[in-house]
Amino acid sequence: MSPAVDLPPAPRAPDRGDLIALFVERVEDYRALVTRCAPDEVGSVVAEVLGSASSVVPPGLGLEVPGSVVDDGWTAAELDAIDAVVTRARVGIAETGTIVLDHAPDQGRRAISLVPDLHVCIVDATQVVADVPDAIALLDPARPTTWISGPSATSDIELDRVEGVHGPRTLHVVLLG
Amino acid sequence: MSGTFVGMPAFPTAAREALADTQLRRNLAHATRTIRDKRAAVVAEVEGWEELRVAGAAVKEAALRDLATHLETLEASLVRAGATVHWARDAEEACAIVAGVARDHGADEVVKVKSMATAEIGLNEALEAEGIAAWETDLAELIVQLGDDLPSHILVPAIHRNRAEVREIFRRRMGDVGRPAPDDLTDEPSMLAGAAREHLRDKFLRAKVAVSGANFAVADTGTLVVVESEGNGRMCLTLPDVLVSVVGIEKVVATWSDLDPMLRLLPRSSTGERMNPYTSTWSGVTPGDGPQEVHVVLLDNGRTRALADDVGRQALRCIRCSACLNVCPVYERVGGHAYGSVYPGPIGAILNPLLNGVSDEQTASLPYASSLCGACFEVCPVRIDIPSVLVDQRAAVVDSHRGDRVPKPEAVVMKAAAWTFSDARRLRWAERASGVAGRVLGRFSRTTLPGGRTAAGRLPGPAAGWTGARDLPAPPPESFREWWDRTDGGHRPDDDQEGRS
Ligand code: SF4
Repeated sequence: MSPAVDLPPAPRAPDRGDLIALFVERVEDYRALVTRCAPDEVGSVVAEVLGSASSVVPPGLGLEVPGSVVDDGWTAAELDAIDAVVTRARVGIAETGTIVLDHAPDQGRRAISLVPDLHVCIVDATQVVADVPDAIALLDPARPTTWISGPSATSDIELDRVEGVHGPRTLHVVLLG
Repeated sequence: MSGTFVGMPAFPTAAREALADTQLRRNLAHATRTIRDKRAAVVAEVEGWEELRVAGAAVKEAALRDLATHLETLEASLVRAGATVHWARDAEEACAIVAGVARDHGADEVVKVKSMATAEIGLNEALEAEGIAAWETDLAELIVQLGDDLPSHILVPAIHRNRAEVREIFRRRMGDVGRPAPDDLTDEPSMLAGAAREHLRDKFLRAKVAVSGANFAVADTGTLVVVESEGNGRMCLTLPDVLVSVVGIEKVVATWSDLDPMLRLLPRSSTGERMNPYTSTWSGVTPGDGPQEVHVVLLDNGRTRALADDVGRQALRCIRCSACLNVCPVYERVGGHAYGSVYPGPIGAILNPLLNGVSDEQTASLPYASSLCGACFEVCPVRIDIPSVLVDQRAAVVDSHRGDRVPKPEAVVMKAAAWTFSDARRLRWAERASGVAGRVLGRFSRTTLPGGRTAAGRLPGPAAGWTGARDLPAPPPESFREWWDRTDGGHRPDDDQEGRS
């Protein structure tokens, strides 16, 4: 027997490829930059994105970044003199185009991904989940977390969106796989 | 001070003045329409938005139902995570605690994340009286602070200012309190934001003590959550050595997973984005990362008073998204200042009387600052039935005047109405009189309403309070009862067209 009313179809679990495509689209929608590459290309892609910019990296990045300094408790004023930071991430959220850091050793202290003006964030495609509930379930509330959706922005003057107020003015996501 | 701006006139007076300001109305109409449209688009994207609203309301309701227990859990988990917990009954106690922490560290300045709770308790003024400068770091709050102004919107406090005014404020005032605005400052928003970046960066880098609020406080993990856009929040929450967070006791949710519906509802309802640029969560002190001394001030300031109100307590579910402001036809026309409070718009119209009572005239006028159209309930992400609470608060205002020696005009009118309606003959008589009045008023009408019916402008006598802010439709020249008698309920031809409008 068919039901008396038409029930909406059950939401379809998106396949992996769609999910990653949605993640890229939503991150770009925030005017962040996205470069997709194979895992073994990450070193050269990061070097290219940085160009001649000075950079700081967390101690557990697991990637050689030529010319970068490793954070060992730099003061905010010292970080302010550095152009860029390279970190990894904990999870990416496709639906909202959000990257979450939980500041493990591959992402570093909160200050390093905040003060420099360019944030290069390496996200593995396997880290991307569908929506906020999946991210919440993965995260450990005992750790500090930072949820990043695009570069810093304000709409406080006549609601004109302006990128880059106090946080990094450029967010460049390097997506592996 | 608690919530209402000292010395503000009651709503109808302030509203009439605001209505005369066409620039303000244009700024507001543009702003509210823009945010409204953005919100509608991203809400439509979410399958099951209604279910999400129900879930959001349930999360907050469950937390409020057992508030005392959740607060004790929160205190215990905060202490376990290395934070110091303070309890503040009112604004004065809360301000004293924050000032005390700053003084203990010899700080003569603090940096602040935009927070409704600290605005509500008048923290900046209290700190200033102690010789401590409090720097607002949200761009809009900076504009308001430098302009010696009052905020007019929960989300975009400087919405009443246009870019030329902002440039003027920055040029005139920045130099007095820190790095001056650049000489070539134009009124381009990106340039104005750049000037704010430079001006505030010095302050972020040297500040020892920061003050924040919190959007949510998770009881079982002791996690505080701050949702923002500019990164000024992250600066304050992570760079200084000491952090003091002033948290209204209604901000508590029971568990970490309760954040799920809240973080999905808030950004879409608030700025009309899928997610705000930055959200920070932290639990107490993290060794080697961020402030190594963390204080949390749990603030009552009228919240337990609101909690005791059976109808009104749902207002404590509010997550300050400001969606109800942007859809409110009254707010859109008069702006936030007319409400005389840091909480303007529909939510302000119920929250202020609930937190403070209705004994002062300004607060007592707020439950009437509404057309009861219900749009605010429709958009509220936590399903606060604002119209019902408004009606209930109107009753509270009327009750508070029962003992008056000179009754309010409404009370006189209501008594007369009760006397009239309780007897069929009197009602018939009154309807005839009103028909006559209708014909007379129709002659004097100054306005034609949509549909062609005429309306009177401001009337003299006791009706002035009503018609001062509204057009009064002229009563129809014939009552329903008269029409029924004449046409036998529509069975006889209706040939009397006299006086029809
Ligand atoms: S009452 Fe509802 S719509 Fe209004 S600010 Fe609060 S949560 Fe948002």
